[in-house]
Amino acid sequence: MKFSIYRYNPDVDAKPRMQDYDITLEPTDRMLLDALIRIKETDDTLALRRSCREGVCGSDAMNINGKNGLACISKLADLKEPVMIRPLPGLPVIRDLIVDMSQFFKQYHSIKPYLQNDTPAPEKERLQSPADRDELNGLYECILCACCSTACPSFWWNPDKFVGPAGLLQAYRFIADTRDQAINERLDNLEDPYRLFRCHSIMNCVDVCPKGLNPTRAIGKIKDLMVKRAV
Amino acid sequence: MVNREVTGAHYGLRDWLAQRLTAVVMLVYTLLAIGLLIATPTLDYDAWRELFTPQWMKLATLLFLLSVFLHAWVGMRNIFMDYVGHGGLRLALYALVIAALIVYAAWSAQILWSI
Repeated sequence: MKFSIYRYNPDVDAKPRMQDYDITLEPTDRMLLDALIRIKETDDTLALRRSCREGVCGSDAMNINGKNGLACISKLADLKEPVMIRPLPGLPVIRDLIVDMSQFFKQYHSIKPYLQNDTPAPEKERLQSPADRDELNGLYECILCACCSTACPSFWWNPDKFVGPAGLLQAYRFIADTRDQAINERLDNLEDPYRLFRCHSIMNCVDVCPKGLNPTRAIGKIKDLMVKRAV
Repeated sequence: MVNREVTGAHYGLRDWLAQRLTAVVMLVYTLLAIGLLIATPTLDYDAWRELFTPQWMKLATLLFLLSVFLHAWVGMRNIFMDYVGHGGLRLALYALVIAALIVYAAWSAQILWSI
């Protein structure tokens, strides 16, 4: 199977290049990650991140034939040859397919991704009704692979100021949590022309999310809440 | 030197909401205008003048134009935020756009009530 993979080592190379590989796959090689590991057997200079190899850890997010996705859950049979593999767009490349995610995580941290509740903790745990818990479905599943944020032109343009779809989805995850008491502070934190309102609902994030989540809907719900408290 | 990014201007909702509401006004007026044009068989100067003579039509058109200007302000500001990096220059451009839009608004009123 033919692959064309982005290669760049900033310490040595003047500019990035695409390197072609033609490899013979084993019958057990089903997912793109299997093929990449097969390539690494012949060329161990190829650098990429991977860990759980089953779409849970979010390490092997990359740009596959022009669309962000996780290599470990992208079926080889679905890919058009030659398979073009590039690092996630918009983030600084450390080497080959490995990108510097600092900016992404900085935005994630800025929305305070933890429960804030000043009331004394109960004996066992803070309980929720099943209906309240259902509000978190479609939000908590995010694995922070950065496929969505790095598919977003607003994030490419203002990664330092726009929180990005992943961060905003998580912001809503805590806003929607009935156990959290900081909803107003969270909305204050996002009421900013850059942090939230750079989203123009083009839904690239929804298109690429490997977990099938919908950051655009979450962003819409944050806006709804802001309107609700303002009018 | 550490470059610390400052954000959190605590505005944005009003402009975003204004853009949505003005879009609705523009849509309604556009449909109304298309309807009126279809309902007017011969479209000559007299018919055109007739169309814009009633006070409600003048007010509706002014409301439409003000919506266009407010909508344009939010859009122009977004463009400057994305493409003009220098803060001082951006502020100057904001001021210029606001001044131009206010002039357009006054001009629109003058044109409408001179019919």
